[in-house]
Amino acid sequence: MSNLRILVATKRVVDYAVKIRVNAAGSAVETANVKHSMNPFDEIGTEQAIQIKEALAKSKTGTAEVVVVSCGPAKAQETLRTALAMGADRAIHVDSEEDLQPLAVAKLLKAVVEKEKPDMVILGKQAIDDDSNQTGQMLAGLLNWPQATFASKVELGDKSMTVTREVDGGVETIKTPLPAILTTDLRLNVPRYASLPNIMKAKKKPLAKFAAADLGVDIKPRLQTLKIAEPPKRQGGKLVESVDDLVDKLKNEAKVL
Amino acid sequence: MFALRRAALPTMSLARGYASSGNVSALLLVEHKDNKIAASTLNALTAASGLGGSVTALVAGSAPDTVVAEVSKLAGVSKVLVAKDAAFAHTLPESHASLLVETQKKHGFTHLIAAHSAFGKNVLPRAAALLDVAQISDITAIEGADTFVRPIYAGNAIATVKSNDSIKVITVRGTAFPAAGHQDAAAPHEDAPAVGQKDQSEFVSEHMQKSDRPELDSATRVIAGGRGMKSGENFGLLYDMADKIGAAVGASRAAVDAGYVDNSLQIGQTGKIVAPELYVAVGISGAIQHLAGMKDSKTIVAINKDPEAPIFQVADYGLVADLFTAVPELTKKL
Repeated sequence: MSNLRILVATKRVVDYAVKIRVNAAGSAVETANVKHSMNPFDEIGTEQAIQIKEALAKSKTGTAEVVVVSCGPAKAQETLRTALAMGADRAIHVDSEEDLQPLAVAKLLKAVVEKEKPDMVILGKQAIDDDSNQTGQMLAGLLNWPQATFASKVELGDKSMTVTREVDGGVETIKTPLPAILTTDLRLNVPRYASLPNIMKAKKKPLAKFAAADLGVDIKPRLQTLKIAEPPKRQGGKLVESVDDLVDKLKNEAKVL
Repeated sequence: MFALRRAALPTMSLARGYASSGNVSALLLVEHKDNKIAASTLNALTAASGLGGSVTALVAGSAPDTVVAEVSKLAGVSKVLVAKDAAFAHTLPESHASLLVETQKKHGFTHLIAAHSAFGKNVLPRAAALLDVAQISDITAIEGADTFVRPIYAGNAIATVKSNDSIKVITVRGTAFPAAGHQDAAAPHEDAPAVGQKDQSEFVSEHMQKSDRPELDSATRVIAGGRGMKSGENFGLLYDMADKIGAAVGASRAAVDAGYVDNSLQIGQTGKIVAPELYVAVGISGAIQHLAGMKDSKTIVAINKDPEAPIFQVADYGLVADLFTAVPELTKKL
């Protein structure tokens, strides 16, 4: 493998451990003053790109440049700095205050791909806020590139990659020519923590900024949110004393046995 | 039966209310493997029928005749489009997405629908982008031909969204809709348009988990183990109980990450979504991401030695006990 350029898409989302709240108007989830971090699947994507770069450097068979990109408001830059601290080389912020839905993000990323000409684009399989699981596949369609989604293992070959995918009931392995789209599943790797020196170094790494409007793509929302509601509450919390008690309740009260 | 009734009430009554508006024509992408229709496709068919218009089923495969015959007898299918080509021997996305686009261009459907399964998730967004329309993922209810309900934030909020696109591309959460039944007269079939696009990727191999137990997503009873199981061997305790009551076995992410069981058994935001009659969580703490995959179960039982475990907040019946004594005792008494 010679010299690769890998583009990694990252999204700033409400931290996975936060118990979210629906706002009083029932129009959105509260995001002000809530801890945000990089979408966990994008951390895995960033880690994968860095691992590829390190493996190439170690085997002296080539080099890889890792470019991270994020679309969204100014705070998306925090997420990009995190990726730079993990080991990405440079970052691109596509600045937009608009409600960016997957199709819009895919179009913005396509414009970035056309500028950057990467050999591979890595995205998380889904963002844990909107849970759409669409952007990578949409980008692949728009670029007419092959896609390898829900990856749990990646091996680079000569201008190709062999990817093991998590599918219902097991795994499947496909071989895909490059350039290609890869989306990450949880099992692909364990992302590293950024060390303090690397966080300091990341502040000096290049971060380019584009206005979404300048990329000349249609990013208008196609879906309109009419309402956001709390899910129905469960009446939980009844403890039973013994296995006998449990069996009795399941048979005679819940009638599920 | 009870499960079907329960699931049917909220979704179907709304869907029927809409049925009079007409002008809806839906295309259902059928998923199949080894000559069998995927169970989740039957749920997606019910959702498609709930839109109130006609439903055309699209079957692609290298030798799909058996599946086509079965699909034509599913209740609600008015026509079957058949794409028979060696290109469809595997579920690779490029050719399948392109087939959807060509079919859409020829027939002009209002809705493209598939199950929110690994296959549906892989193919539909690609087709949506090629058609320049949004996708609505993992819907749990239909409020009208353009308005759908879907969970976001790991099921901790429920969004009602309206699509302003001319074509609605939708993936369906199987557990939110009952499975479609059968009809007497077989629907006619015709050839789907030819597809020029070949898959850029090539299928290498697959490794499927073999099991005689029911499939996780459609089982009426599920027993799941977590980190508390301590080893893969100890899952034998759960298999014993599962076999006694005809249950499927699942796992939390912690159990999968620790290598106790295969990834395909993971229940949660990023794994399988289940909603059985009975869900027994053994040695599972109940993280947000796990609850996302099972909190619509009818009756939830938790067995955990930590009385503070969050799973007890959603469990109908909680037993604070050491699973290594409680589970064998429970198995014996069932």
